[in-house]
Amino acid sequence: MRVSGGTVAAMAAYLDAASAVPLHPVAREALVAALADGWADPAKQHGAGRRSRLLLDGAREVVAEALGARADEVTFCASGTQAAQLAVLGGLAARRRVSRRFVHSAVEHSCVLHAAERHVADGGEAVPVPVDRLGRVDPAAFAAAARGAALASLMTANHEVGTLQPVAEVAAALDVPLHTDAAQSVGRLPVPAGWSLLSASAHKWGGPPGVGVLVVRTGTRWRSPLPVDERERGRVPGFENVPAIVAAAASLRAVLAEAAAEADRQRALVDRIRATVAATVPDVEVVGDPDARLPHLVTFSCLYVDGEALLTELDRRGFAVSSGSSCTSATLTPSHVLEAMGVLSHGNVRVSLHRDSTAADVDRFLAVLPPLVAGLRERAGVTGL
Amino acid sequence: MIVLDQRGRRCPLPVIELARRIGDVPVGGLVAVAADDPAARLDIPAWCRMRGHAYEGETAAADGVPVYSVRRGG
Repeated sequence: MRVSGGTVAAMAAYLDAASAVPLHPVAREALVAALADGWADPAKQHGAGRRSRLLLDGAREVVAEALGARADEVTFCASGTQAAQLAVLGGLAARRRVSRRFVHSAVEHSCVLHAAERHVADGGEAVPVPVDRLGRVDPAAFAAAARGAALASLMTANHEVGTLQPVAEVAAALDVPLHTDAAQSVGRLPVPAGWSLLSASAHKWGGPPGVGVLVVRTGTRWRSPLPVDERERGRVPGFENVPAIVAAAASLRAVLAEAAAEADRQRALVDRIRATVAATVPDVEVVGDPDARLPHLVTFSCLYVDGEALLTELDRRGFAVSSGSSCTSATLTPSHVLEAMGVLSHGNVRVSLHRDSTAADVDRFLAVLPPLVAGLRERAGVTGL
Repeated sequence: MIVLDQRGRRCPLPVIELARRIGDVPVGGLVAVAADDPAARLDIPAWCRMRGHAYEGETAAADGVPVYSVRRGG
């Protein structure tokens, strides 16, 4: 079934894949099967427990192979946010005698920024590294800022504007461990080289929500910021959600099999959005790197337009998108990503595609958007300004 | 120089008011916008860049509200 919304089901298009992707059919099958076979405690020695353990170990092998890691480096937790926060706080805790300094790009996901706030509240130091107008850090400047630090964090690709970060280049120049938040790129692009800690999230690649992946490279110093039990090699306490983990692994294997072709297809659709929006909507700023970017995501800001009104009007017509405009945030502050890039923040729309997104979805969006923006501008009395 | 009081007005209203009033000063003239909406700090310089005006920076009014200065371009 396609994702749909009420009476406009036939015309609806879910274009907010960067928030969450609909469950992959392979994940659905695996989830149902694993609910029957993988409900028991994988830490127990009885037959039912051993069956769960077998499923969990198999899922771990699959995810490890997909990420270019060893199975014993991969642990599962409750979300991508938890994985990133464990990576950052655990990486900092293990090196607190070396340094209390945490260096990160200014455009990291809020989960990393929240971990940085916790670190500062605990007496540590957090140093954001600025980005350019396209949203990218300068590799030499980042490496220089991170010299002698406890830990550095640089996302693989930005979740709001799609810009790829030079992770491998930075890693090669660093003398400290690097965490990369790969939530937006895993399942879509190859994993970059050189990181010590990686975090990812299953519901971004078509797995179920509630599964985060934390990878700690062998030899990386890391100490759990949480109380420790016998699960997940002492890295994540609590009973593993085996059925969801099995479904996450199955969907990752499935999306990787078609990742290159899907990336090409989505990149062409995003190219069409970038070009058409710039040509058909006056006074629009398409933001993020036009080339070195995620294949599925595009962001633009419409001058003089209220972002919340734009989202509401698009939703009324069946299009689910996202926005970094302040009026759409709980705190009424603009997105820290757009702020760090120094680009227009109002009238902001993020469109992100997934495997069910069609050329027809994109064409309908591109047909609806220009008159909608023109109507909002007319209503606000800003036409011709 | 003209000063636009945009206290209490949310984005994109301060930028819209600035766009309406920039023509009231000659080329090279200054418009100052007092705005407490946090988005103005980002959106006024971005608007200047898109419209070919010069963003002259930020000061604070007596009540602490940021004041953004714009020099009209040609």
